[in-house]
Amino acid sequence: MADNGDDDSQYRIKECDYVVLKRGDIFKAVQIQPKKKVIFEKQWFFLDNAVGHLYSTTFEIVSGGILQPRKLKEAESSTDAKEAGTDNRNIVDDGKSQKLTRDDIETLKEQGLKGQEIIQQLIENSSTFRDKTEYAQDKYIKKKKKKYENTVTILKPSCRILAMMYHGREPGKICHLRYDTLAQMLTLANIHAGSKVLVFETCAGLVLGSVMERMGGYGSVIQMYPGGGPVRAGVESFGFPTHFHDMLHEFPICHVNALLAGTLDTTAKDPSADSKQSNLAAEDDQNQPEAEQQGGPEEQSMETSSGADGGHDQEKEEKEKRKEAKAQGKKVKLEEKRKKLAAAAALLEGRNADGLVIASRFHSCPVLMGLLKFLSPSRPFVVYSQYKETLIECYTKLKEHGGTVDLRLTDTWLRHYQVLPNRTHPLLLMSGGGGYLLSGTTVAMDRSKPAGAQRAEEPAPKRLKLTDTEG
Amino acid sequence: MSFVEYSDFIQDGDVAIVYLGHESMMPVKVQQGAQTQTRYGVIRHSTDLIGQRYGSKVTCSKGGWVHVLHPTPELWTVTLPHRTQILYTTDIATITMMLELKPGSIVCESGTGSGSLSHAILRTIAPTGHLHTVEFHQQRAEKAAEEFKEHRVGHLVTVRNQDVCKDGFGVTGVADAVFLDIPSPWEAVRHAKTAMKKQGGRVCSFSPCIEQVQRTCEALADQGFEEISTVEVLLRVHDVRTVSLPLPDFGPDPSALTQPDAAEKTPPTSAPNQACIAMKTTTPPREIPGHTGYLTFATKPRT
Repeated sequence: MADNGDDDSQYRIKECDYVVLKRGDIFKAVQIQPKKKVIFEKQWFFLDNAVGHLYSTTFEIVSGGILQPRKLKEAESSTDAKEAGTDNRNIVDDGKSQKLTRDDIETLKEQGLKGQEIIQQLIENSSTFRDKTEYAQDKYIKKKKKKYENTVTILKPSCRILAMMYHGREPGKICHLRYDTLAQMLTLANIHAGSKVLVFETCAGLVLGSVMERMGGYGSVIQMYPGGGPVRAGVESFGFPTHFHDMLHEFPICHVNALLAGTLDTTAKDPSADSKQSNLAAEDDQNQPEAEQQGGPEEQSMETSSGADGGHDQEKEEKEKRKEAKAQGKKVKLEEKRKKLAAAAALLEGRNADGLVIASRFHSCPVLMGLLKFLSPSRPFVVYSQYKETLIECYTKLKEHGGTVDLRLTDTWLRHYQVLPNRTHPLLLMSGGGGYLLSGTTVAMDRSKPAGAQRAEEPAPKRLKLTDTEG
Repeated sequence: MSFVEYSDFIQDGDVAIVYLGHESMMPVKVQQGAQTQTRYGVIRHSTDLIGQRYGSKVTCSKGGWVHVLHPTPELWTVTLPHRTQILYTTDIATITMMLELKPGSIVCESGTGSGSLSHAILRTIAPTGHLHTVEFHQQRAEKAAEEFKEHRVGHLVTVRNQDVCKDGFGVTGVADAVFLDIPSPWEAVRHAKTAMKKQGGRVCSFSPCIEQVQRTCEALADQGFEEISTVEVLLRVHDVRTVSLPLPDFGPDPSALTQPDAAEKTPPTSAPNQACIAMKTTTPPREIPGHTGYLTFATKPRT
């Protein structure tokens, strides 16, 4: 970031960059690859032409799927018809106000007319447009623009954009974590450069990527993962520089008990661990398609079709060769995995992590109780759950167990506003819920006394409130 | 201690947060030989704090005890001395994400006020970013600068005592993000544009009243800002508690009486108060902040 402000190179779109396409409020994350067809909002195009342009440029899609940077102000040429009605007392819905038929519109499209021109045609052929109020005319144009405009803006990915994209496109993949809730998590967990943060998530890597962005490559992140391997499709979409990956570590959650008990062996390759690891590797392979799917189904289908061609005769020989190479590769991979495990274990062993972020589809309570042990005292933690009940259980358990203060169970409420002259109001639709958070701070456990005695010592007003009953 | 870096042990000169109980905390400037009074008794800094680990339990003179916490911008926000109305963590979190702040970001802010948001910005942009903050009230500007130094983040921030609506932010073409929390943000929009990088960036304005939002949005559109969007974020706190709901007494059940055994086992109806069902649930606090301010965001395009 230590640029002189005049250097544009880091603001230009490069080949292989991860970018986000935008039209209206719709986003899609893709990688810039030569001659690769991209489908976005029912239109296909190639991103080759975008290379070299500045980020945030808006492109027009012309025939053949070619992108052309949109000329500034061209879209602003609003209709010069300043004629408008004052109310709708004489507007009758007879279904005949639009003189163009659906076929006519299709023909216009096929002729390669620009979105703006089609809209102009629609306005000219609408018998009621002139009688509509100025506001209704505005609304009509806006609606048509959304439908016919064939532009796409290419953005540099960021936590803001990706969190909005995931919430809009695939909320199921991120446990319905809304972007404002993610924002709360990053702040409540005091995520910042130089700390050592534990992340357990099943949100496609979105939460992990957001944590990494906030740390800017300084410090370390240990991803605790369930199953065969960490899912990081969302992390890739951030397009982090390579040195960011040096801060990223991973540790399988199935080894947590062994690590805590001191029985985790990361130095020798004993056969049992080996078989376990090859199991993991096998699972890993199975996991791959799933991970790719997260990037978008279109990409996946593209890849399978390109891999299908090739001579039939050589296939067998190549298969053998590939098998051997694969076995060799697997060995190297295993060794790498073991090294990584040892490195992550070393980071965890000090039990001095600076923060804990949990956002998963698993039951929150065991995850939190298990991972909290790795935090230093006086460090924040935050648990996300789509459901409040699991967090109530966490809260109760933590109160019994001790070792935390300042516990809060919260959620946020997000309301968007339309702000226009004489038409300002909250948007009609709002999100029903963005999940719940439990946050708090760790403190030193009082080892000299049992948990019961500790409870009794707590400040009286707090205790009263806790057991307070209503009704 | 620093607001941008954790340390394990409490040292002379640190700011520590004393946690007294639910929603009750106070900041303490740790000084050799100093004492702090709490409702649980006296804390003697030299013996009770200095050299202790952050997060440990400190026994006070009256036998009560407290926890001593490492400062964070979030804890500071709920304990800081108010010189103005402040921004709270819910809005701060939204602002931080929507302004795309991260290590290395150059940020402009006005007014500095009590420094609640400033500390959160500094935490996020450290160690390579910088905050240019403008406060037209001289005393408040001086106090903020003093606090930043005390909190060991002085190297990351420049405080300017000037009127942002008249004189701008004092920098040109450097900011990735601008935040405005002033009574007439529309008068500062063009200064925000000037302060920002030519490659563009994000801007946010916080206003309690919709009329202010209206004027700000117009000014932003006039200055060529894009993606103008206004949101409101509200925090809902859920108090966890056990409630017990009494069961009503329907009187003797004749169908149950047909079996003499069952009749014996049924508790006598003379003690209906005992029949209760206890359950864990949450209740909302009786009163919550229903409005803090509207947050208007926009993108400055490349110029």
